[in-house]
Amino acid sequence: MSAEPKIRLRGVEKIFGEGESATVALQKLDLDIQASSFVTLVGASGCGKSTLLRIIGGLDYQTGGEVFANGKQVTGPGVDRAVVFQQYSLFPWLSVTQNIRFSHLLKAVRGDSTSTEVEAASGRADALLNLMGLASAANSYPNQLSGGMQQRVAIARALMPRPPVLLMDEPFGALDTQTREVMHDLILHVFNLEKSTIVFVTHDVEEAIYLGQRVVVMAPRPGRIDSIHEVALPEKRTQDMKLSPEFIAMKRDIVERIRETSGMKTDFELLEKLSRQASL
Amino acid sequence: MGQRQYWMLAAAGLLIPFASWWLLASSEVIPKVFMPGPQDVWMRALSWLYEDGLAADALISITRVFVGWGLSLLIALPLGLMIGTYRPVQALLEPLTDFIRYMPAVAFIPLVMLWIGIDEPSKIAIIFIGTFFQMVLMMAEDVRRVPAAQIESAQTLGASRSEIVNLVLLPSAKPALLDTMRVTMGWAWTYLVVAELVAANSGLGYSILKAQRFLQTDKIFAGIIIIGLITDQLFRLVHRRAFPWMYRKS
Repeated sequence: MSAEPKIRLRGVEKIFGEGESATVALQKLDLDIQASSFVTLVGASGCGKSTLLRIIGGLDYQTGGEVFANGKQVTGPGVDRAVVFQQYSLFPWLSVTQNIRFSHLLKAVRGDSTSTEVEAASGRADALLNLMGLASAANSYPNQLSGGMQQRVAIARALMPRPPVLLMDEPFGALDTQTREVMHDLILHVFNLEKSTIVFVTHDVEEAIYLGQRVVVMAPRPGRIDSIHEVALPEKRTQDMKLSPEFIAMKRDIVERIRETSGMKTDFELLEKLSRQASL
Repeated sequence: MGQRQYWMLAAAGLLIPFASWWLLASSEVIPKVFMPGPQDVWMRALSWLYEDGLAADALISITRVFVGWGLSLLIALPLGLMIGTYRPVQALLEPLTDFIRYMPAVAFIPLVMLWIGIDEPSKIAIIFIGTFFQMVLMMAEDVRRVPAAQIESAQTLGASRSEIVNLVLLPSAKPALLDTMRVTMGWAWTYLVVAELVAANSGLGYSILKAQRFLQTDKIFAGIIIIGLITDQLFRLVHRRAFPWMYRKS
């Protein structure tokens, strides 16, 4: 008998607009995510993967169905579900350390943090600075940092209050390939240390397989789950695994699913047909 | 573009118009009465300062501007913040404000004079009318431009509504808000001059008008330049002091 899932989605539906112009972003979606698992969501644009993540984070509301996280119904954003965005989420007027300690600043402002908590918080902040390789940038401001460094700060800030669930919305989407690879190994390291439950949205299939224990493929129009793929790679991932036959086979499968569901395949067939007609 | 080139171009952008003015004035193609040279304006500014009560004129004008503009700021800031953050308040107030902002403030002068006379309050009222409606909408826009990711990050880190306003929206929008303050301060000076041209017996605007009657073109020049300098320099200073993080690019 399996434990209560960390995140449970039941018949989740999201409809934008009303009447004639209404579009179904998510249709009757069920999904269970187990505690301390790393799940990646991929799919063609418009499949609702980011919307789904935002609903779990409480930043968007479903128009139907129910969302549970950490055993409670989700009714809004909360400290138990940290979110890392693609970019522009850092506070540019605060230094790196101050950004990371923001969740603790809130407590201090309310006056409900004891001196032991303050001590623990500064210890935690230092640990995160070191873990993320930010120690030398502790007193810098976000606009002095590269995109990769800024995302490290965003991740550290999200981890600060020890959230049981970490939601990541294409966090490395704006970074170059080399920086992304470094960030992948970093986030896997963090996952092993913190044992939080991570839900990671991306449009990059390779990233989804490399990071995830399970890859959820979503399909657009209407947004829904197409298929779920268990990643049969050793728990400790290394970059050269990307060249293994298992990895490549899985990548082919998933890319195939995405092409099919996004109608790209039929578009391609149509193009071929048209060009054949033109040549006759 | 290098730092050096930037400063050279910036210097050229200031020096070329100045030199042209100086050359044009000293060539005397235009009679000196209409086009005084820099040295005339400088001498006039000095004599105005030492013999003609420049300090008093500037002080009364600055006071009027600051009271009128400050009053507008006092109401516009919280209102703009509310319009920018709460949809219901936006729906309630924005259409009317948007409509009023395009009414020419200067056209209110006769009405203001009928209602509150020609004393100090009328000048302040004109500055207020001229700046307030613009300021509210611009500040609402400044607040609205704060990236959603900043606000949502704060929410997921446990910030309440009021904490988001105080700890995220205000500090994040501060540079833009200060810019709005600087721009509207420029308008406040415009309306001050208008108000002083219409009904006043003191102030920089009034002195400019009086200088026109005596054909003291150099004094008009001096007055205009002084007004420009006061506003621009003051806000540049405040901006650099208030936002060191914006100027600390590596």
